[in-house]
Amino acid sequence: MGRLRSLLIPGVDNKLLVKDAAKAMPDLARRRFIAGGASLGALTLLTGCNVTDSLSADNLLAQMSKFNDAVQAAIFNPYALAPTFPESAITKPFPFNAYYELDDAPTVNGKDWKLEVRGLVDNKKSWTLDELYKLPQVKQITRHICVEGWSAIGSWTGTPLRDFLKLVGADTRAKYCWFQCADTEGYNSPLDMETALHPQTQMTFKFADEILPRAYGFPMKIRVPTKLGFKNPKYVMSMEVTNDYKGGYWEDQGYNSFSGS
Amino acid sequence: MSSMTISDHHPAAAAKVIQPAWVRAMHWANAVAIVVMITSGWQIYNASPLFKFSFSSSITLGGWLGGGLLWHFAAMWLLMVNGLLYLVTGLATGRFRRKLLPITPSGVIADTKAALTFKLSHGDLSKYNNVQKLLYAGIIVVGIVIVLSGLSIWKPVQLQYLTALFGGYDIARYVHFTCMALICAFLVVHVALALLVPKSLRAMIIGR
Repeated sequence: MGRLRSLLIPGVDNKLLVKDAAKAMPDLARRRFIAGGASLGALTLLTGCNVTDSLSADNLLAQMSKFNDAVQAAIFNPYALAPTFPESAITKPFPFNAYYELDDAPTVNGKDWKLEVRGLVDNKKSWTLDELYKLPQVKQITRHICVEGWSAIGSWTGTPLRDFLKLVGADTRAKYCWFQCADTEGYNSPLDMETALHPQTQMTFKFADEILPRAYGFPMKIRVPTKLGFKNPKYVMSMEVTNDYKGGYWEDQGYNSFSGS
Repeated sequence: MSSMTISDHHPAAAAKVIQPAWVRAMHWANAVAIVVMITSGWQIYNASPLFKFSFSSSITLGGWLGGGLLWHFAAMWLLMVNGLLYLVTGLATGRFRRKLLPITPSGVIADTKAALTFKLSHGDLSKYNNVQKLLYAGIIVVGIVIVLSGLSIWKPVQLQYLTALFGGYDIARYVHFTCMALICAFLVVHVALALLVPKSLRAMIIGR
């Protein structure tokens, strides 16, 4: 995937590019192209572009990234808390950041929304927002660090995820909590269980003491101050406790899967 | 071949190995690591530039942020393991002490003057002049600081005391960038002088 990503043209959406290319074809070719797995990879073959990075380099990098996952899991200290800050340190305005513009951010109706709980849990009941709001909440002021390098300090309030996992009878020996979100293109992300059980990992309902605004992930975000920002899901729709590595939106494209801070 | 033809002043020095095998192996391993680290680092920098410029995509490695990160976090192991072995061997064999010390301010000034007026002797490559000593000792320190600042950016929670030592996450990024700039400046001088005195390059390849 990393190899394909490297072929992307900044400012050109790959999905739209593939769609446009398919449109430009005669009907039969288009059907075959789509049936054959329309992808940027297929498109590069079609246009005769050269894939310059060698496959072996890609494999080596992928293996090294897995090795780095293991190293990070090994040095992850479940008792080490992310530094906290005073209110005065909060970054204002806190940046909106996603792979889409704010106008395209998901709009979730809080009245209809229910958090779906699946997988290795005793109680698979779905939770309404009102029910979740009744759980004990704590506030944290921590630094959000983006994979791009910038950082910003924010104030998040919500229920520690480990309390919720206990409440629903999750098998905490499972390897992952896998989150699925309402983002366009279906953002999802796996969170290793050790991090899910970290005291600061939070089901967030408020930002700066106000109901979580749409920009920051209404109705619910998972705040993980021990992970890079892209592993802090917003607009969460469901959580699955699982032993299977189900991949993630960014992880599948080549960002390191553990990406711990 | 007589050593006399190479140097009149230090016949014994010219015949002996100037750069032992371990120095040469680690030097070139480090050269590969540092070039990968710098070019992939530029790619990462471009995702969120600290200053009002970006690096041209023609000189960055990885193609996009994710690719740059993969290269950076792969090559860092070569840089760190090789660098650590180099430090341990350099200290244990006494090479650092023998080659890099003493450095005196008056010596640095005198050798800088000699270099700028092309009067600096390159007769004995096994002995560094004061400017070389300063630059080589300095770049080792910069190498240590760039690794430590890099670790504090990578692990600002797990290694939070290290990050705090640099004045926090955001300042650590500037430290990391500054060290990169210093290494690039060093490389310009280092490569230019190696080409000006080709026998020094030969010594780093075949040892003599």
